[in-house]
Amino acid sequence: MADTINMPKLGFDMAEGTLVRWAKKVGETISKGDVLAEIETDKATVEVESSASGVVRRLLVDEGAVVPVNSPIAIVGTAEEEIPESVNKVSDTQEKTENTPDASADKGQGAKISIQQSAIPNQQPSMLRASPLAKNLARESSLDLSHIQGSGPGGRIVRRDVVQAVSGQISAPSGQAQNLAEHPASLADETVPMSKLRQAIARRMAESKTSIPHFYVSHEYKMDALMGLRKQLNQIVPENEKLSVNDFIVKAAASTLRQFPALNSSLNGNTYLRHGQVNIGIAVSVEGGLLTIVSREADQKPLRQISTEVKAMAARVREGKVKPDDIEGSTFSISNMGMYDVENFAAIINPPEAAILAVGSAREVPVVEDGALKVGWRMKATISVDHRVSDGVEAAKFMQALAVFLEEPLRLVL
Amino acid sequence: MARITMREAISQAMWEEMERDPNVFILGEEVGVWGGSYAVTKGFYDHFGGERVRDTPIAEAAIIGAAIGSAMTGLRPIAELMTINFAFAAMDHIVNEAAKLHYMFGGQFVLPMVIRAVTGGGRQLGATHSQTPDVIFAHFPGLKVVSPGTPEDAKGLLKAAIRSNDPVLFLEHATLYQMRGEVPEGDYVTPIGKSKIQRPGKDVTIVTYSKGLEISMKAADELTKGGVEVEIVDLRSLRPLDMEPVIESFKKTNRAVVVEEGWKSFGVGAEVSARIYEQAFDYVDAPIRRVAQKEVPLPYNRTLEQSALPQVEDVIAAVKEVL
Repeated sequence: MADTINMPKLGFDMAEGTLVRWAKKVGETISKGDVLAEIETDKATVEVESSASGVVRRLLVDEGAVVPVNSPIAIVGTAEEEIPESVNKVSDTQEKTENTPDASADKGQGAKISIQQSAIPNQQPSMLRASPLAKNLARESSLDLSHIQGSGPGGRIVRRDVVQAVSGQISAPSGQAQNLAEHPASLADETVPMSKLRQAIARRMAESKTSIPHFYVSHEYKMDALMGLRKQLNQIVPENEKLSVNDFIVKAAASTLRQFPALNSSLNGNTYLRHGQVNIGIAVSVEGGLLTIVSREADQKPLRQISTEVKAMAARVREGKVKPDDIEGSTFSISNMGMYDVENFAAIINPPEAAILAVGSAREVPVVEDGALKVGWRMKATISVDHRVSDGVEAAKFMQALAVFLEEPLRLVL
Repeated sequence: MARITMREAISQAMWEEMERDPNVFILGEEVGVWGGSYAVTKGFYDHFGGERVRDTPIAEAAIIGAAIGSAMTGLRPIAELMTINFAFAAMDHIVNEAAKLHYMFGGQFVLPMVIRAVTGGGRQLGATHSQTPDVIFAHFPGLKVVSPGTPEDAKGLLKAAIRSNDPVLFLEHATLYQMRGEVPEGDYVTPIGKSKIQRPGKDVTIVTYSKGLEISMKAADELTKGGVEVEIVDLRSLRPLDMEPVIESFKKTNRAVVVEEGWKSFGVGAEVSARIYEQAFDYVDAPIRRVAQKEVPLPYNRTLEQSALPQVEDVIAAVKEVL
């Protein structure tokens, strides 16, 4: 009996993936777990492993094709068995993409059907699917619709998409002033193509910032105990297992989230999906952008395990060998810029999550305790919260509850 | 304001106009001694006498023909057809004579006549007695086609129809006679050819009339619970068709659903959506949806009949589709 390999769904909002490269040809033998293909999602290029052993009998899509999730991409069977003729190559993947009903595309849930991204540059203007109103608004704003993702049926660009894009344009930063002394030679403008990752970041962040009402709550934490404990622990663990401040913060945030299920949820139309697992996304800087690696069930794991897993994932990300599980399924994110001497900052929520914690540097500063001036370790953090999901008081209480773990860090090693 | 039924509103309109103008008279099957098959003219025979409330033979062509002739002499007949389905037996008189005499005789005659007819399905009267063929009559220039969705409009529009010098087909939906609504005291006339916003909203425009108004209102109540504010435009007359409030509303919402009880093909939805595309193309943000009767002769069986007729859920589904 032949097995069908489908396009995997790697995240809450993944609707489709681009098949970048087949790792196996028709006729080659394959074992379960072998890499069958590479696919590119909004976030990264990942390898698809075969879920069956046997011979690759059919490859159902061409390299470069955009395939909806859960659609068949390959057939693996024995060398002899007959594969029914009905299982044929999907010749027109674009049409298939458009006609496949997207379960996540229910109205009002904020879910997006993305237009086939790789096809956009080749699309003729007449092929562009946009409502007359959207076209009209785009004309008035001198906006190029071919760069906009449609949220209407079948990816049609409708009014809300244009309005969102226009507001995004206005709020986009105007760019850093060039230091002419450092770059005396290059005064000419240069057009630089956006990487796929950059495009995905641009789209997701614009979507997040324009559709999610963010609010921010900052808090300053006393880090003396934590810094001391970390020093002690790092004296007894092997060199390659040293704990970072961030590992403590991941564990502390995950433990705190257990008490604040609203902040570990996703808005879903008129309901909230309260995630059973607390999966902490950790922003990792890569060339040309950033990725979010996921520390799964971080509230359930010992600090040391969190630390080693995060190290391994971060290494894979930097080597470009990320696995789907490394980057998918986070329910709350942390962006830590402590290593860059940052006092405090505010982060943009990573949809469909409800909140993100932006962490500054832990530093020695003058503090007043019991009326006396002394030196203490302090760290500032700011939580950004979706106001549709939660309110300021809850966020403030979360920040206070987080202090219990960060300021009495022995709780984290129990 | 009194809260009365559609039946009472229609009855009051005729009663008041007959009191006001001795030229107004009623003719039709069972309208006199029996009081009308939907009891609209109950008491009229005793009060106004057999001369002004005339029972006729079961011969629709004769009823409309007599109405046309008397209107040409200056009387103001109100001809009642027991149901609009019987109008087909008088089709030539309605569309070839009544609709065209003023034009054919170079304006020498006016035709101040009203044809009242019961329209619509939903009462298990079988395929030939349950039709909603309103649009057929609206196809012909020369005929006004009015169909109210509230008692207030029924009274005001019927009085306007009786006072009009043009032939007016006045369509009363069979299942709306018991509908109650506020009706202003005293004499008032509602001009024919003005659509009306029956419910303000901002998210989507429903264009409808007659029975469609009732189900659209219910759908709007449901949709409000989900935060969708529907604006309902009641056409009230299919000819003249007043698109102004429709276009105005559409330019605000950019989305529309047209709800009618008749069949979808060549229907009100086709006409209204085509006009929106013509007049407000640059404001279209989603394809306009039509809710209408399934394209079958209306079944007698109650369950089948209801499943063929447009329901509140159909309207809700269509609205969600365009949102």
